Amino acid sequence: MAVFGRAYTSIAALAAAMLLTAASMHPGAVDEVAPGVFVHIGQIAEPYRDNGGDTSNWGFVVGERCVAVIDTGGSQATGAAILAAVRRQTALPVCAAIITHGHPDHLLGLASVTGSRAGFRAIASHRLPAAVAARTQTYRALAQRQLGLEAAPEIVVPGEQVNGEATIDLGGRQLQLRTWKTAHTDHDLTVYDPSTQTLFAGDLLFVGHTPVIDGNLAGWLAQTAALRGLGATRTVPGHGPVVDGKGWQAQTEYLSGLRDAVRTALRQRMPLQRAVETIAAPAGWALTEVFHRRNVTAAYSELEWEDTD
Amino acid sequence: MQTRTRPLKLSLSGLVTAIAVALSLLLPTAALSADEPSPDTEQWAGIRQFLFADRPIADNAGDVVEIDAPFRAEDAAVVPIGLKAKSDQTPGRYIRKMWLLVDKNPTPIAASFELTPESGRADIETRIRLEEYTWVRVVAETSDGQLHMARKFVRAAGGCSAPAGKDMEAALARLGKVKFRLEGEPQQGKPTLAQIMVSHPNNSGMQMDQVTRLFVPPHYVRHVEVAYGGKVIMSADVDFSMSENPNLRFYFLPSNGSGELTAKVVDSKDLVFTSTLNLSKTGS
Repeated sequence: MAVFGRAYTSIAALAAAMLLTAASMHPGAVDEVAPGVFVHIGQIAEPYRDNGGDTSNWGFVVGERCVAVIDTGGSQATGAAILAAVRRQTALPVCAAIITHGHPDHLLGLASVTGSRAGFRAIASHRLPAAVAARTQTYRALAQRQLGLEAAPEIVVPGEQVNGEATIDLGGRQLQLRTWKTAHTDHDLTVYDPSTQTLFAGDLLFVGHTPVIDGNLAGWLAQTAALRGLGATRTVPGHGPVVDGKGWQAQTEYLSGLRDAVRTALRQRMPLQRAVETIAAPAGWALTEVFHRRNVTAAYSELEWEDTD
Repeated sequence: MQTRTRPLKLSLSGLVTAIAVALSLLLPTAALSADEPSPDTEQWAGIRQFLFADRPIADNAGDVVEIDAPFRAEDAAVVPIGLKAKSDQTPGRYIRKMWLLVDKNPTPIAASFELTPESGRADIETRIRLEEYTWVRVVAETSDGQLHMARKFVRAAGGCSAPAGKDMEAALARLGKVKFRLEGEPQQGKPTLAQIMVSHPNNSGMQMDQVTRLFVPPHYVRHVEVAYGGKVIMSADVDFSMSENPNLRFYFLPSNGSGELTAKVVDSKDLVFTSTLNLSKTGS
């Protein structure tokens, strides 16, 4: 039960010390973290009925011609809240929604944001459609159960895909999109606004919320240096408050600590289930009770192949 | 922000953790068993009829066979399962077949294993996919023709965990690599643990590409056979209920600490992967 105690302590610490003011807990509340860059910090929690799927970060960037939305939250309600939040800031149209990866807490709001206007583009990694296709039934059933919906929500998949780098012009402001090798997932994409040196990292960065491995642990660690090297002075994580350049350190410690512990277990020929029961979560992270044992499982089934090639 | 983290430690006193976990699971037993439904599911009735017709099955046969499964599937794509015989395989009495059954999976017969006295112990560990709350069962057929069942209820994963593989391109790129090794020092006449790992995406073929509206074709491991000294000691018919990169831990009876273990893996496209383990070379 110590784990639960830690999680609550951690959430309390976050709420007290960070940007999680009462105002920003509102499902449509945004902070202008840099000129024309608006960010909503979702709750650090699993999606469920009471939070309406508002459990991840999203934001939007306003150019001279139009607005790009980055991630869409975990329900059609969050998607609607995003459009309303844009309306409160500008009359310019939303011309793009960029999805950092296909997990439902970032993707499900797209159904409300999409089709809002002719010329609207929804953009993601070229590997997102296959990844989401393999999980559609699971995600729909999960969302229905967690959010207490009458029917399983439709999942809209972005129609435009990026492989490598791409630029979107919002009028006087260009966003740089970039896909990554397998890390948090096999289809991570980041959005960088060079004019304000703001990076939307998606779930390549977790702050406070236990990092979740649904891709490749070694790849994630290997690419963290390149992510930090993009030159961002401000990074919007997929979960948790906006951070400066030092905000990657805690996640790197979690991931490298996990990697080292799992490698030791493999050297000792410890079977998977015993490794899961033995490798404890470090203190300071929220939701370890949901994600840490799963991370050990993922790390183990990845690293047991490490010396093969 | 600063969150303070401690490096993860692999505690030597893992036992203490295990006991603590066990205790914490025991305390709220009343609440937990409340969400454990009846094992007499519709799916089980169908499987039972299909595989065993009217043959009697001893339920809760803990004196013959047990099943190890986690309380919750932490990762829906990789759920460790152990089938454990209560006694060694002897020519006089042994388990000749074991079925691993998952009531709520799209294909509930996850695996069937054929074993011999030379298997040494009828213990198999493997990993399966599992997305719903479900009963997981083992049915063992002993050499006298009797059937014995053990079962465990497993809760679905939290988070956005899904049964699909995590890196589809990587899985395909490494397709067919086999890791085959001993987990213990082989001793004559003593059951010795070995492990076979097959790098394979193990696709179910039930996934639709949202853009093309085409189904991804199924491609999975369907048969694994291990022989020792030319005699088959374990053969398994499996399907995509097995996790990506199918993994089996099993026993065999070495003689003189020598001889060859050979493994043959066949997938749904009839691709064959083989691997050989020479015992005299592994002993040191």
